[in-house]
Amino acid sequence: MTREIIIAGFGGQGVMSMGKTLVEAGMAEGYNVSWVPSYGPEMRGGTANCAVVISDEPVGSPLVVQPNELIAMNGPSLKKFEPHVEEGGLILVNSSQALEKVHRTDVRAFYVPSMEEAGKLGNFKVANMVMLGAYIAATGALKMETLEQMLSRIFTGSKAPLVALNIQALQAGAAHIK
Amino acid sequence: MQKELWKGNEAIAEAAVRAGCDAYFGYPITPQNEIPEYMSRRMQEENRVFVQAESELAAINMVYGAAAAGMRAMTSSSSPGISLKQEGISYLIGAELPAVIVNMMRGGPGLGTIQPSQSDYFQATRSPGHGDGHMIVLAPSGIQEAVDLMQDSFDLADRWRTPVMMLADGMIGQMMEPIAWKQRPAAPAVDKPWATTGQGERGHTNFVTSLRLDSVDNEAFNEALQQKYADIGRQKTRYEEVDCEDAELILVAFGTTARIALSAARKLRQEGIRAGLFRPITLWPFPTLALQQVAGRPNVRAVLTVEMSAGQMVEDVRLALCGAKPVHFFGRTGGMIPEPAQVAQEIRRILKEEQA
Repeated sequence: MTREIIIAGFGGQGVMSMGKTLVEAGMAEGYNVSWVPSYGPEMRGGTANCAVVISDEPVGSPLVVQPNELIAMNGPSLKKFEPHVEEGGLILVNSSQALEKVHRTDVRAFYVPSMEEAGKLGNFKVANMVMLGAYIAATGALKMETLEQMLSRIFTGSKAPLVALNIQALQAGAAHIK
Repeated sequence: MQKELWKGNEAIAEAAVRAGCDAYFGYPITPQNEIPEYMSRRMQEENRVFVQAESELAAINMVYGAAAAGMRAMTSSSSPGISLKQEGISYLIGAELPAVIVNMMRGGPGLGTIQPSQSDYFQATRSPGHGDGHMIVLAPSGIQEAVDLMQDSFDLADRWRTPVMMLADGMIGQMMEPIAWKQRPAAPAVDKPWATTGQGERGHTNFVTSLRLDSVDNEAFNEALQQKYADIGRQKTRYEEVDCEDAELILVAFGTTARIALSAARKLRQEGIRAGLFRPITLWPFPTLALQQVAGRPNVRAVLTVEMSAGQMVEDVRLALCGAKPVHFFGRTGGMIPEPAQVAQEIRRILKEEQA
């Protein structure tokens, strides 16, 4: 099975690091993975997105045109990528920033108020981890334990206390997916 | 083997360090800036040479100087910057100096865009700079291959006393993929008795130049150069063949575009359309004989070349096949990337047309 994912939002929302965390975890579970950032001039202060492929066969095109799954961190990203999601695919909306609803009826849609959840944990910066937790719960693409292990490897030394916070954020996101 | 996630540009830079690159000279340009950035730190750690030159022209001439002194030297840039280096590349060829040059192509002409492209194929493969010269041109389609080829590049450059270009595109530079660092046997130590390392006990002064004012001498040099190119061509073409055995259509593509073509071919297999991929890895020398054999099979009805250009490698494909099979072309230009669905649609159209 091949998952083609687009993660999109404003620069600064942690879109690129969400993608990197996903491919690191996918690699740890033995999948073939690729990560391609948008690197146009729009990166500075505007929209940012990355394309992630997680597959059990060698990755062909690393470029994702028709994603199976979209994580939209803001309204403009939802508007831009919603029409391209494959039929039967999944759209995960950060409802703290995107006030619009998904118009398509041939895809599954989930709404996660990531900022509110991150706020409850006392740190807005983990909103992206809330979304990632929701993504894992909604798709079952990877094991939650794998992501948690990744976090303990990313945050070491003085940053070690952040591991627990990020794991809580993943779990808060997952709890939103029924 | 332990896999690690690396960004293309950084992996290429690290591969150069591990291949024993003694000296890096560069000047910034997107989308390859992570190469000089990485090198600025790593080369210092290794006590080797890193210079951010004042211009591309300066950088390539510093490469010339370091290579003349027997060092493993490299530079990297992207299309407009590589244009500026053409004079220096011609001089490297004329002086028979080994060097490695990385081109992370972006869309042109002129300053163009920073998005991926393959429109420097002619510049790289026909005759870099002026004169009747060539360089070995290697085209990776992923980061593991870029790393492996980077190590080969230095060996090939030393062995044949020639510049070697790694021709990739912005996508390869910017993307991340898992790679394994292979334990390679140490590169064979290449004796460089011609290097300008100081006379010492040699008894004569080495002199490295591309200037041969006597045309009789210069023609003799050119003939020897062409002989060298013929020898390289006999030994060094590399390519990959995927699902070609039963294919009714052969896709020919290199680099990022080859992966997009492969995605299209896989999609079509599900529809019962048999497409295969022929991927040249050495763009110069071009794998002419191998392509003739693959496309010459009776099951092949047509060939489709896919490029991020207005059609450059397709000329080598046509020259190789000499009308034996119909050769079609599909390309996107200016920094746009072909989509697998577009390639698949083109294949359906061609096969229908060939049937009629």
